[in-house]
Amino acid sequence: MRPHLQYTNNGKLHHFLSIEGLQKETLQQILTTADKFTQFGQREIKKLPLLRGHTVVNLFFENSSRTRTTFEIAAKRLSADVINLNPASSSTSKGETLLDTINILEAMHTDLFIIRHAKSGVAELVARHVPDHVHIINAGDGQHAHPTQAMLDMFTIRQYKGPFSELRVAIVGDILHSRVARSQIHALNSLGVHEIRVVAPNSLLPSQIERLGVHAYNDLQQGLDGVDVVMMLRLQKERMQNAYIPSEQEYFNLYGLTTESLAAAAEDAIIMHPGPINRGLEISSEVADGPRSVILPQVTNGIAVRMAVMAMILGGEGNG
Amino acid sequence: MAELMNIHIRGGRVIDPANNIDSVKDLYIANGNIIALGDMPDGFTADKTIDAVNQIVCPGLVDLSARMREPGQEYKATLKSECAAAIAGGITTSCCPPDTTPIIDTPAMANMLTHRGREIGLTHILPLGALTNALDGETLSDMHALHQAGCVAFSNAEHAITNTMVMRRAMEYASSFDLLLILHANDPWLSDNGCMHEGEISTRLGLAGIPEAAETIIVARDLALIEQTGVRAHFARLSCARSVDLIVQARDRGLKVTADVAIHHLHLTEYDVTDFNTLCRVMPPLRSERDKDSLRSAVGQGDIQAICSDHQPHERDAKLAAFSEAESGISGLETLLPLGLKLVHEDVMGLNTLIASLSSGPAALLGIEAGSLGIGRQADICIFDPDEEWLVDSAKLLSKGRNTPFKHWPLKGRVSTTLLAGSIAYSRT
Repeated sequence: MRPHLQYTNNGKLHHFLSIEGLQKETLQQILTTADKFTQFGQREIKKLPLLRGHTVVNLFFENSSRTRTTFEIAAKRLSADVINLNPASSSTSKGETLLDTINILEAMHTDLFIIRHAKSGVAELVARHVPDHVHIINAGDGQHAHPTQAMLDMFTIRQYKGPFSELRVAIVGDILHSRVARSQIHALNSLGVHEIRVVAPNSLLPSQIERLGVHAYNDLQQGLDGVDVVMMLRLQKERMQNAYIPSEQEYFNLYGLTTESLAAAAEDAIIMHPGPINRGLEISSEVADGPRSVILPQVTNGIAVRMAVMAMILGGEGNG
Repeated sequence: MAELMNIHIRGGRVIDPANNIDSVKDLYIANGNIIALGDMPDGFTADKTIDAVNQIVCPGLVDLSARMREPGQEYKATLKSECAAAIAGGITTSCCPPDTTPIIDTPAMANMLTHRGREIGLTHILPLGALTNALDGETLSDMHALHQAGCVAFSNAEHAITNTMVMRRAMEYASSFDLLLILHANDPWLSDNGCMHEGEISTRLGLAGIPEAAETIIVARDLALIEQTGVRAHFARLSCARSVDLIVQARDRGLKVTADVAIHHLHLTEYDVTDFNTLCRVMPPLRSERDKDSLRSAVGQGDIQAICSDHQPHERDAKLAAFSEAESGISGLETLLPLGLKLVHEDVMGLNTLIASLSSGPAALLGIEAGSLGIGRQADICIFDPDEEWLVDSAKLLSKGRNTPFKHWPLKGRVSTTLLAGSIAYSRT
């Protein structure tokens, strides 16, 4: 058993499960490796032979067209063979069938599993049970982590805002249920931003969130005051049913990002959103489609960042 | 059962908290009972002498909660396998919660379990009766008949009684016959789909948390009803410091309530869940370091009268799942005493206090004749070497449940011989 689940004994990235537990240098390597792939994406022929002969399985127990597609494009640009599987999540929530599925695919000599699952900890569970030559990338597990999303967000911030150390970042919305927010917080802290704020009513803030190294705000204006980056989160519409918030209208009035509420942020602040967007619930179309929105570049960057992670794990990129 | 022998336990340090005894003495057993302590009675000839030099001789342990999985879940464990594990752990009395399949809500079920226990003859099986029929939380079970059939106390296991009027009536009815209620404090609305302590770790892991208030609200509610009804009541498996505070305050007001804690809550915290370790999924959940420390000192000070194994054996697949999907519970019979001794080695409590909380304490609150080495008592005796060092190896557990988070823990102290009603029911070697 390796002492660090995500690294080989020589310190090479082996699995990519969560930002927590990764060294700052690894995050920086992902960003610089992704830089190379971004330039490459502008060429006419966009294929590199780095993963030729490797089989990548997109194993999505929970639907996501955006994440799955960018992983697929990323793997294909690296010349890997890609298989997409969407097992019905209902029949595979139990560990034995989940691990059975993995075992069967592993028996077909696949190298890399990209896993999304509705339950927290599944990527780690699988990583602990696969043989050493198999790699796992977490494409989102429950409310725990979504590390490639966080890294594409870091890449986008770096692209538009320069060095991390001077930046104030606000993450706004349903922090409680967000794996994206958790991974963003770990990445931002690791890369050394000046300040991280989370903005939400207390019913959408998880217990002791400050212990993750953030300042919590209930007031959007105060939370956005002077920030350089605004990271919005998707609010699931069923949150009304469990009494997390009273109504869409009240939520939008208090926490929706509009031209007016955005005025509190720095003049050149950028607006991010992991998608899919609920227009008129957490963000107005005016802001989402406005000049400071980098929501579409986030999607584009997702390909380069996912190529970087796969290349580092399978192709020896960023090795030493 | 083996033929009853005259047994001489020689040279051990006898610790019998019920009778305030702690000294090196010989102990003599005839016809299944303890007949003398100290000097050999006239005319006694030993058929068997047990050398207990450098060992502790104490009452057989009384465990307030052990799920044997029989009937209904024999794929997890059987009464036979778990009784063997219990006796190897020095446990001579095991209370079995009513949430078997079928549920212990009829005298026939209670009789069946006691009978099966006698047939196996490896530990005394005491059924706990269901407080409500089918544990539905709505209609009262035939408590009196169940008591006649051998149920030593009544509990709704982990099925919450949300209707406060039903709880009040249950207490009133039980108090009419001086029956003991065992209460599990959990508000299902607050626990909801939670699977671990709500706090920093649940936030980091993105797991739904169970707030402390899920326990304290029900402790406070039930204390108010206990005060009103005068029922004899016991709180099972406390996990929070604030629950202990509430119970101590109530006792200061004159309420006769008792409480127990599971041994794992005295050693593990939310931090042990950090890598989604499903072996640490338990109910109530492992809580904060502060809670653990409070529970430890509450046992040391006698505010909590009993430590139990809360034994819940599972098959491998039950734990091989995402944390929120894994079943809760720890296989704990064979580590109960050694983990208790660890508390003594860590100066959390004295050896006498520990033994009391594992034997005379639970026996007294149940009101049963166990947990004592008094002359004339049935010879249920645990003999252990307090200094033997060993590593927990889950593959070597006698329990069919290998689900222990304590695997690879170095422990000190191990049972060498257990006597059940005067017979040697377990002997290592």
